[in-house]
Amino acid sequence: MKKLLILTTALTTAFTLAGVAARADITVVSWGGAYTKSQVEAYHKPFAASTGINVVSVDADNPAPMVKTQEEAGNVTVDVADVEYSDAIRLCDEGMLEKIGIDALPAGADGTAAKDDFLPGAVTDCAVSTIVFSTVYGYDTTKFKDAKPATIADFFDTTKFPGKRGMGKRPKANLEMALMADGVAAADVYKVLGTPEGVGRAFKKLDSIKKDIVWWEAGAQAPQLLADGEVAMTTAYNGRLFSAAITDSKPFATVWDGQVFEYDLFVVPKGAPHKDDAIKFVKFATSTKALADQASWISYGPARKSSSAMVGKFNDGKTDMAQYMPTNPANMKNALASSYEFWVDHDAELNDRFNAWLAAN
Amino acid sequence: MALPIYASPLERVWYYTFRGICAAIFLFLIAPILVVIPLSFNADSFFTFSKGMLELDPVAYSLKWYDLILTFPDVPTGLPRDAAWWSIVWHHAAWVLAAKNSVIIGFFATIIATVLGTLAALGLSRPDMPYRKAITAILISPMIVPVIIITLGLFFFYSDIEVNKWGVPYLGVILAHATLGIPFVIITVTATLSGFDHSLTRASASLGASPSTTFFKVIMPLITPGMVSGALFAFVTSFDEVVVVLFVGRNDEQTIPRQMWNGIREQISPAILSVATILVVISIGLLASVEILRRRSERLRGMSPQ
Amino acid sequence: MASIEAAGILTTADGRPLKEALAIAQRRAKWRAFWLVAPLLAFILITFVSPILQVLHQSVYNPRFSDNMPGISVWFGSHPVGTVPDEAAYVILVDDLKAAAEAKTVAIAGERVNFARPGSRSLFTKAGRDAKSLMPPLKDSLVALDPAWGDPELWGVMRQVSQAYTIDFFLNALDMRRDKDGHIVAAPVEEQVYVTLFVRTFAMSALITALCLILGYPVAHLLAVLPVRTSNLLMILVLLPFWTSLLVRTTSWIVLLQGQGVVNSILVALGILADNGRLEMINNRMGTTIAMTHILLPFMILPLYSVMRPIPQTYVRAARSLGATSWTAFRRVYFPQTIPGIGAGTLLVFILSVGYYITPALVGGSSGTLISNMIAFHVNKSNNWSLAAALATILLVAILALYWLYDKIVGIDKLKLG
Repeated sequence: MKKLLILTTALTTAFTLAGVAARADITVVSWGGAYTKSQVEAYHKPFAASTGINVVSVDADNPAPMVKTQEEAGNVTVDVADVEYSDAIRLCDEGMLEKIGIDALPAGADGTAAKDDFLPGAVTDCAVSTIVFSTVYGYDTTKFKDAKPATIADFFDTTKFPGKRGMGKRPKANLEMALMADGVAAADVYKVLGTPEGVGRAFKKLDSIKKDIVWWEAGAQAPQLLADGEVAMTTAYNGRLFSAAITDSKPFATVWDGQVFEYDLFVVPKGAPHKDDAIKFVKFATSTKALADQASWISYGPARKSSSAMVGKFNDGKTDMAQYMPTNPANMKNALASSYEFWVDHDAELNDRFNAWLAAN
Repeated sequence: MALPIYASPLERVWYYTFRGICAAIFLFLIAPILVVIPLSFNADSFFTFSKGMLELDPVAYSLKWYDLILTFPDVPTGLPRDAAWWSIVWHHAAWVLAAKNSVIIGFFATIIATVLGTLAALGLSRPDMPYRKAITAILISPMIVPVIIITLGLFFFYSDIEVNKWGVPYLGVILAHATLGIPFVIITVTATLSGFDHSLTRASASLGASPSTTFFKVIMPLITPGMVSGALFAFVTSFDEVVVVLFVGRNDEQTIPRQMWNGIREQISPAILSVATILVVISIGLLASVEILRRRSERLRGMSPQ
Repeated sequence: MASIEAAGILTTADGRPLKEALAIAQRRAKWRAFWLVAPLLAFILITFVSPILQVLHQSVYNPRFSDNMPGISVWFGSHPVGTVPDEAAYVILVDDLKAAAEAKTVAIAGERVNFARPGSRSLFTKAGRDAKSLMPPLKDSLVALDPAWGDPELWGVMRQVSQAYTIDFFLNALDMRRDKDGHIVAAPVEEQVYVTLFVRTFAMSALITALCLILGYPVAHLLAVLPVRTSNLLMILVLLPFWTSLLVRTTSWIVLLQGQGVVNSILVALGILADNGRLEMINNRMGTTIAMTHILLPFMILPLYSVMRPIPQTYVRAARSLGATSWTAFRRVYFPQTIPGIGAGTLLVFILSVGYYITPALVGGSSGTLISNMIAFHVNKSNNWSLAAALATILLVAILALYWLYDKIVGIDKLKLG
């Protein structure tokens, strides 16, 4: 009898605990690390303060496959996901996202209607851009005392700049960078990559440094690899390098030559447990002020013109943000706009090829 | 194995070399587990012994990574450590929430595994059990089939039956963990029943005991050590499991291993090492309990070698 | 006695033939034993066996095209291979595209085709968008939209994927595919990956098993010949790793082996390595091998120990006294008796290492990843579940074969822990 009593008590306690842990807030899945932190500061906290709805952050290497997996498994637990453009298009095509539409979005702070305020293409049927981000490469300045790497070709030149290289474990951006390093003009990259020879050329360029590559999967790993001294240079999302360099005072420099930039967007998966609150959150987070605020936490360009106008200093009060933005003209000299049309079609094929290439000795 | 007096010089050399080799292998086994302990007290955020640590300079040691376990990700650090602060920790600290989830999941998975596993072991050890070998093979197989395959199956299965919509928190993970723990319970309980003299039950019956009396007075005391160590194995299996949780657990079902997995992949701050240290201490405790139980069981069955 | 024997039949007290009564009692005992096992058996059938069966099913079943493009799938069924699609076929196709576009499933069907013919996804979504406005003759207007619609290769692929039950994913899992005529051919060299990974998985598992045996044998032997008290004490060194969380052990190895880690720092501090010549021991095959050997070593030592412990030391002494050298005594007398333990430990370690996921994912880099990592990739990154299931099935078959072997050689009921 006594044992039974203990057991019942334990059961009750356990379920009470379970109840606490499973409180209903909205769940936003994003890319983790410094980027998620900027979203928490600029979107989640103000949103919770103004609506009383708490936001739970979940980290993923890439939220899009997570959404797709949940949709196909019929088990949607995510309310809002932060995805790349090609994934937003694909998920929307497959009927896996709620429609939001540009007309539902609030006008800019200066009164400009949303459809004129957002950068061209930044809002699709199902997705709303928050930022423009870029895949760039960065290096540890202490490792290169004399000549500093300056071009995308330098990243692939391990004789001139010896040391390990960090790269994202996915074909996207890597193949484009490889081609640009191999002398393909930014404007021609996707034309070349659309042909089997072009794909072969990109992989051949990657092959030249394959033995020196350390692969990262989560965005936060890239600056960590640099900080740990595991690599001398690494590709990374530009905001991560910025955070490590400015917030954590790491001796990292960013090379903008050959950057690959694109939008990052918020989407609401179809069947999200708290759909209405989720859409409310997306509207809130993509408002002029929230987007402008985010730029004071990380160096990603806001997707609204009205927000760009408000971007000033980093939250330390002294760092001027403009020079760190992917869209700053000085950083755009040799830049490539990532093509979602290309990746929508070739993602599966190039992933297979990439995996095969990785596995080959 | 004392060195025999007739050993040749070569054998003497080999004797000590052999001991040396074994010592090195023991070091290989244990050093990686122990190395995290001092490093978790490192005042720097590096994974090596700093000069100060080697000189046992107290400044080089710090509890700050243990503090981080309580405050990560957004528990305020500046407040006085009073009841209100601990309440925030209890409800918001990621590691504390993960620990709670781990314990809840482990607790229920263990109960299911132990109850079902013990009953089955009793049945399997009866001499009249039909198809014993085949059934045992099926029941043990969750231990043999790679977790990734089981997870893949559960992933399909749970999405078919939509287990997450049943409104029972953790249900999918608990059932999966119970399945993974069952082989351990069967093995340990069967081991305590091996050499079990079935005439004991007959003796008890002939003395007028009802089957339930026989069970509680004769069988239970014998199998309890096996049951408890099986339960401990099952609990540890659940407590340590990450693949199932990663693939079929919901986003809010963070457990300690899942939190560690995230931490290791993003950045190994020494906070991970302090969690690891705590886990090592727990496993020492578990190991000690299992050892005590095993000896007790051997004594009970009159098999003690000492 | 004599009278009973004369009657010829033994009976119980209540007069039933003894044989019959015994049979009933035995049957009852059998059922009693079975009912004890039944709840667990039912539980395992639901939570383990049925999910595994679902993996098997998923590996040969993919209805994404046939469900979403039903009309044309039926057309393929009723027209033999090689039929040139006529206008009627195009009418059915466009109807399907229209319906699928309406239901937002055209991309799903397109993706299924895309697995076999890259670039088809957007072909389908584009056609889905424009299907409503196409004018007859539909064949010409669809081909005008994109010439690929007239391509026999596309039609060949559509025919293949229109079958919900298919062995194509097994072909993919073995680096093979179908050409446009449906013949099975090897995949282009630069796309072959799975066979390499299977081979690597088995080779690395074999290496890890061998290392475990080499390291485990002496230790198990020492533990078996030492006095019980000492060996119980030393046994803790084997059991503690066994009880320690897998993630803790993996973390430890990262801390030890990474570039700025403990081992490298010690070697640099001792002057053995230059600061810029640090060894790469992690994020490659070496890291996986070391960490997995450490993690699986107790699984080798424990079965070896349980076989070695009961071997009387007098055997070796007798051999020595009969003139055998210590090497001969070991080789001819001791070693043969430990073979069952070697068999048990080797098979157990090999089976466990073939399916490892966590450790290679964390310390394996790209050269140390194993087949299970690829299964995980196709579950939650590329969403090609049927391929994941096919890979898992192949792995499962290999492991069940080993399991069967283990059962034959060792006996699954002999498995002991600690």
